[in-house]
Formats: sequence, structure tokens, C-alpha cells
Amino acid sequence: MLCDSCRERDAVVHLTQIVENAVTQLHLCEKCAAAKGIETTIAMPKHPLGDFLHAVQHPVSPSAGDQTRCAYCETTLRDFRASGRLGCAHCYTAFEGALRELLRRVQGGARHAGREYTAPVVAGDEREATLATLRTQLQQAVVAEEFETAAALRDQIRALE
Amino acid sequence: MTLDLSLLPDGGMPWITASGAHADIVLSSRVRLARNVAGFAFSPRARDGERLLVLQHVREAAVHVDLLSQAVSLRLDEMTANERRLLYERHLVSRELAELDAATARSGAAVLGGEEAALMVNEEDHLRLQVFRSGFDIGGAWERAGRVDRELGAVLPLAFHREFGFLTSCPTNVGTGLRASVLVHLPGLVLTQEIGKVLTGLQQMGLTYRGLYGEGSEVVGNFFQISNQTTLGRGEDELCDHLERVVSHVISREEEARRVLIRDAGYIIEDKLWRAYGTLRYARSLGVDEAMNLLSGVRLAVGLKLVAGLSVYTLNKLLVYSQLGHLSLAEGRVLTESEAGLARARHVRGVLAGEGGSA
Repeated sequence: MLCDSCRERDAVVHLTQIVENAVTQLHLCEKCAAAKGIETTIAMPKHPLGDFLHAVQHPVSPSAGDQTRCAYCETTLRDFRASGRLGCAHCYTAFEGALRELLRRVQGGARHAGREYTAPVVAGDEREATLATLRTQLQQAVVAEEFETAAALRDQIRALE
Repeated sequence: MTLDLSLLPDGGMPWITASGAHADIVLSSRVRLARNVAGFAFSPRARDGERLLVLQHVREAAVHVDLLSQAVSLRLDEMTANERRLLYERHLVSRELAELDAATARSGAAVLGGEEAALMVNEEDHLRLQVFRSGFDIGGAWERAGRVDRELGAVLPLAFHREFGFLTSCPTNVGTGLRASVLVHLPGLVLTQEIGKVLTGLQQMGLTYRGLYGEGSEVVGNFFQISNQTTLGRGEDELCDHLERVVSHVISREEEARRVLIRDAGYIIEDKLWRAYGTLRYARSLGVDEAMNLLSGVRLAVGLKLVAGLSVYTLNKLLVYSQLGHLSLAEGRVLTESEAGLARARHVRGVLAGEGGSA
């Protein structure tokens, strides 16, 4: 297939555009595509997670803040770069700068544009009742030597207090 | 515990009926929302006790959610590997949550299966809310998923950040946490060799594709799962509308390819598809990929109205029931892949003999 623009070289870039429900197709050679400012390599990665991990593991400044640690779950920026997974919601604050930069590259933007959300507030009385229940459960867990459960309950109590 | 799949509304597969729009091309439309409960480490980092508490909170909150109030709660960590596989084959749990490669299941991992919505608990995120619809109906899936999300979030505090939106374990899901996907069957575009251009076009438009079982699964049987690639920076309606517009165009291209095939290569296609039907109808052993590819041919034949008397619903059921986990369930023991080949051929023969197909 010849390039729609120069009609000389073979078309290697096939561009499908949808503008207000009208579909247009453009077949261009590499040179004409470049002249029109169209990337000739596919910009969107085929395997998002793989490319994402690549981006995480090859940061702009490789050693910057690798030791930064989330105070809540103890995940470090290095852990995150190795696994591609954050440990908890607080990691987003602990690694805010690095994440903002990464999200711009991987997601194409860094600001949420979807639904706004406000978490339900636990009322004072209800909070006291919940704390009392949690403290009882904590005591039971300690007696039963279920230390994992006990640790989780302790964190819950701290968060509520 | 023995898993009783009949307890799940619609067997957990409301999409299987082929009752939606364009059901011969689009198997199902799905909207998935990733959410985490505030105050707990994300599931992979959480301790066993924390995950169990998350599960407890989610179960208590689900009672207040219309589409989940009657949900059946299934503990994955109390199931056998084959029982988890059954849920995976029904698209109710991810490969990671079914942990098909792991020796033990993750504590606190569960599925809540409701009438039209299902929740995976303690996957990579605490909550993965899924709504499946039959055929092409992204709007219907998003409307229901959005409703469940609002009702659930009103009683269960979720992790949310003013700038980054809903917080997730992997930053590829952060923001809306929304992944909308459509499972399409595109044999026409594959046979006319147009598929490469279509897939490249999808990627240029910010969409991505995977195989029948989502992330990490190969494309077999000409089934493609098309979904949005990014979750941040655009609103939920915009993400869903964009996917719907592009997939509408893909459906038109597939219909056009089918018309071209019949017009330019009628008898070749007819011969190829009847051979696929013949193999399924009489083979004594069928591999899983082989069965998927042959079923793809028969599905196309039904779409082209070459074969009468065979419904898309039956073909959808064959896709699920000819998988290893379901064959093992039917045989009452865990089958090896070679035993499954025999059982698969027997099952497919039985179904096709019962429903028949005629020229």
C-alpha cells in the first residue's frame, strides 16, 4: 500500500481517527508520518504492567530517595521499585513526589478527574462503642495467642484513637 | 467444604445467556472498580489478621448495598484448588486470587456473589467490584457498578486522596480504579487479516487488549478482551464512553469483514466452518486450545447463519464447561490434562448431539 501523502513510499503507519463519530483512515510512510508529528513507534505499551515496571525500575534519578520509608507499613521506595506495588494508602503521601512523576509518565496525567469521595465519619458514640469492642477483641486475641489478629486490632484502635 | 455453584445467582455468570446486544460478537461487557478500605495496609502487605478484619467489615457493609444484600459469600482460603479454579473459569476471581500456581491460598480471600454484581475481597486490592452484562452494554455495567460503589462507600470508609483519587496497590489502577472491558469474538477480522490494523488502532486510542482470561492470558479462539489502559486523569463516564465508541467501530469492522468473507470466499469459509463443527461433533479427544479454536469456527458459522438450531447461549456454556475445572467437577475428581481431553470431547459431543446443528 502506498503512502496517502507522498504516493511514493510504502505506507507503514496506519492511523485510524474517530472525530465526532466519523472514522477516517490514513496510511502513511515513516517519513510523512514523522513530518505530520505522528509517532512511528506505538506510544501505548502492549503490556502495561511490564512497561510500568520498567519505568519504575529505571527512574529518572536511580538512587534518589530509595531509602524513603512509609511510616505506616514500612514499605520503602526501593521495595516499591522492585515489586511495582505500594504497601498502603499512606505510601502515596510518603512517596508523593516520585509517584507524581511516575503517574505522569505511565498514566498520562497525575490528577484524579473522576468521582469525588468523602469517607463516612464514625460518630463519637459509635466510635467509643467500636473502640470498646475492639479492645475486648484485642484482649481475647492476646489470651488466645493470636498475635497477628492482635497486632491488626491494635493498629485499628490506634487509628480510631 | 464443598462448593455449591448453584448457590450463586445465575451461577455467577449473568453474561452467559447471550441476551444482550450484538451477542454473537460480544460475549460480555464488564466494569471493574478497584477499592481499598481505609485504615488497613493493602492486602499483599497486610497481616492475616488484618485481611480477616477487612473481610468482616466488607461483609457487614454489603448488607446495606442493594445489589449485594443477598450475596453469597465464599471463602477462597477454605476451598480446594479445583474449587478456586471453577470460580476463575467463571471470571469471578482473578488468576492471582485463585492462586492456581501457589501451594496455599491467601487468608481472608473471598468472593461475594450477588444478583448482578460480585466482589472479590483481598485480591491485590481489598475490593474488586465487578459487574458483568450480557452482550454489548458498558453503560448498563457502569450504571450498576457506580451504584454499588456509592452505597458501599457510604458505609465503609474507602482510601481516597484528593489529588490521586481512589488509592490502589498498583498505581496503574489509581484514580477511578475503573477498568471497563468488552470480550469480543473477531474471527472475521482475523481471517481477512485486518486484525493487526485494528489492534494497532486500539493502542493508538489508549485502549489495550488481552486474551479470554484477562491479564497474562493468551489470545485463543479469536477472543479479545478490549479495555481502557489508563485510570487517572479522565472521569468514569468519559472512560466508558470512549471504550463504547471504539468498540462500536470494531463491531462494524467485524460485521463488514464477515460480509466480505461470505461474498468473496463463500464456499471456502463454509467448508472450513463445517469441518470445525464435524471435528467437535465426532472427535474423541480435544485439547483446550483446540476446542476454543473449533468453537470459534462454529460460533462464526452460527453468526453467519450457516448452522441452524444451535444457540449462542449453548456456545457460551461450552466455553466455560469445557475448561479443566468444570470437567473435573462433572467427573467428580481432578483430571489430568490428557484425561480432560477425553472428557472435553465427550462433553462437547453430548451437547452438540442434544442441540443438533443443521445446514
